[in-house]
Amino acid sequence: MDITTAPTDAPPHLSQPSPAEQKRAARGATRPGDRIFLGLSRGSGILLLVIMAAIAVFLTWRAALAISEDEGNFLTTFEWNTQAQPPVFGIAVLAFGTVVSSIIAMVIAVPVAVAIALFLTHYAPRKLSGPIAYVIDLLAAVPSIVYGLWGALILVPHLNGLYAWLDQYFGWTGILEWNGGAPRSMFTVGILLAIMILPIITNVSREVFRQVPQMHEEAALALGATRWEVIRMAVIPFGRSGVISASMLGLGRALGETMAVATVLSPSFEIQASLLDPGGGTFAQNIASKFGEASEFGRDALIASGLVLFVITLLVNGAARAIIARRKEYSGANA
Amino acid sequence: MKLQRMNRRALTLGALAVSGALALTACGSDDTTGAGDPTGGATAAGSIKCDDAQGQLLADGSSAQKNAIDAWVKQFTSQCNGVQINYKGGGSGAGITAFTQGQVAFAGSDSALDSEEIAASKKVCSGGQGIDLPMVGGPIAVGFNVSGVDSLVLDAPTLAKIFDSKITNWNDPAIAKLNPDVELPDLKIQAFHRSDDSGTTDNFTKYLLATTPGNWKYEGGKTWQAKGGQAAAGSSGLAQQVKQTNGAIGYFELSYAKDGIKTVDIDTGAGTPVKATVENATKAIADAKVVGTGKDLALELNYATKAEGAYPITLVTYEIVCDKGNKQDTLPATKAFLRYIASEDGQNVLAQNDYAPMPADIIAKVRTTIEELS
Repeated sequence: MDITTAPTDAPPHLSQPSPAEQKRAARGATRPGDRIFLGLSRGSGILLLVIMAAIAVFLTWRAALAISEDEGNFLTTFEWNTQAQPPVFGIAVLAFGTVVSSIIAMVIAVPVAVAIALFLTHYAPRKLSGPIAYVIDLLAAVPSIVYGLWGALILVPHLNGLYAWLDQYFGWTGILEWNGGAPRSMFTVGILLAIMILPIITNVSREVFRQVPQMHEEAALALGATRWEVIRMAVIPFGRSGVISASMLGLGRALGETMAVATVLSPSFEIQASLLDPGGGTFAQNIASKFGEASEFGRDALIASGLVLFVITLLVNGAARAIIARRKEYSGANA
Repeated sequence: MKLQRMNRRALTLGALAVSGALALTACGSDDTTGAGDPTGGATAAGSIKCDDAQGQLLADGSSAQKNAIDAWVKQFTSQCNGVQINYKGGGSGAGITAFTQGQVAFAGSDSALDSEEIAASKKVCSGGQGIDLPMVGGPIAVGFNVSGVDSLVLDAPTLAKIFDSKITNWNDPAIAKLNPDVELPDLKIQAFHRSDDSGTTDNFTKYLLATTPGNWKYEGGKTWQAKGGQAAAGSSGLAQQVKQTNGAIGYFELSYAKDGIKTVDIDTGAGTPVKATVENATKAIADAKVVGTGKDLALELNYATKAEGAYPITLVTYEIVCDKGNKQDTLPATKAFLRYIASEDGQNVLAQNDYAPMPADIIAKVRTTIEELS
């Protein structure tokens, strides 16, 4: 909404507004209420920037303290030992694990979420689409620790069959080899994260597909297209960037997920060639599991890793915004 | 826009859940006592002297002793209702940090203060320093889950090789030699360790380092260093994994070895392999030397003990206070509470909760030191 547009009809007590008054009216703030509201909203905006800056400054300052003492290379070391003299720690494994688990989650969640959104907007009878949408919203309201507990106690013991199957048919790829360990690996984490980010991607995609101009769809139908062809020719091209930005929102969540990963993953500071073997770690999981027993310095080191995650998340969000900015036709994801 | 509102709500919920979860995992111990009310009729009102103890005591630290502290607090506050004690089991490291920043009256830690921490404590203890009072002992049980095997004997070198992924199958000759009458299956060993830093890991690896340095070539410490194996967060998480994974072996405080988790007997070189029990842990602690100077009662455990019935993999949790220069408003309550938990009744509460009481001569020194706190 553009705030500089002048009100279209003049206030009732002004039959003939003078030029000065017109100018003032064009600027907006004329009465105390306007000024107070402007101050409040501007203040909120500034406050947000101040908070973000404060977080960035704090992370950078504490991280610098830690990294200056680090004996290993902060970016390439495969170890996290802040108690050692001198301390050695690095984020290579964490960065890898964070990215890999998020990618697995995206590969699983995005197609499913898009399919659900299309079903809700184009296939499902109206009576059904409401309840289904509501259930999906419920998924978003489940606390992540509950996902973690469910993952550790129910999902993990039941994945042995899937792992054995993957190993049997895709073991030759090397990345889906399984050595028979308990299935508490990056792959399992990816599955769990996929379930957790499903609601947000589904919701935003659904909103986007709703925005598809009726004209486009009717035009396609008039040309004799089937329902699938309508979706392929009119709906998906229109919603593509919306789905991408929805996926970015989901990705942002997957990157920062903490408790569910910490409960399900069997972490170690090595990068496993196979996605099915336990090991690896993510930034957030590592902070959660090391924080309780960390010394002052150990916390600074964890904060340094948090800074890297902060930067990665900023980049992802920036990318999402850039994609949205390219196409403003729909109001689904940037209202 | 409805959707955005939904998400914001979900996010808030999520944030709440995460912070709540952090608090939960930090404490990390579901009440595994099984005994709902650990009174056992042990408290005589006489053993709790409230004096002029008043107000709120904040404490933080080891999650290993959380159940013990909870049981003590219940008893103590029922007698001295002017005192509220809030022990947050956020981990030993968090406890010591809170102590050296002057946020808590006392801290609990599974490892004694190191020299840097003592130096830092002098800032909060005006004219004094932080001291370690050994108060709670606990056997670290090695739990296993191998279908068809009910009892298992292992020694230090074999344990080290198992946890270092050098022995990978249950039918390995080294295990068979220690268990001549047991039919061991051809099954992959799944060795579980802690994924979070922990005093339990510190003490378990100290045992391996002290008894079989040739097979455990790591520095030790709160962070697990060996490669391979699997990890889980918290003692309860570890116990859960051992319970649900066939072929698993893991280490945790004895109180977690419940509901059908069997524990390994340790071959220490004594006449018979030693079971992980509370009494056997106390026997091992009796072999410890006091290595702290002055009023500091830090212990050095004798992990290589061969005494009959002494269970060597044992953890001692210390309460950390200032010897001099405690905050005047919390001193009476701190003293009264510590006096109670070091008393005979207080130590009896331990045994009912799967913890090991301190041996008589050590606890006598602790009691003397508590009376001199100022």
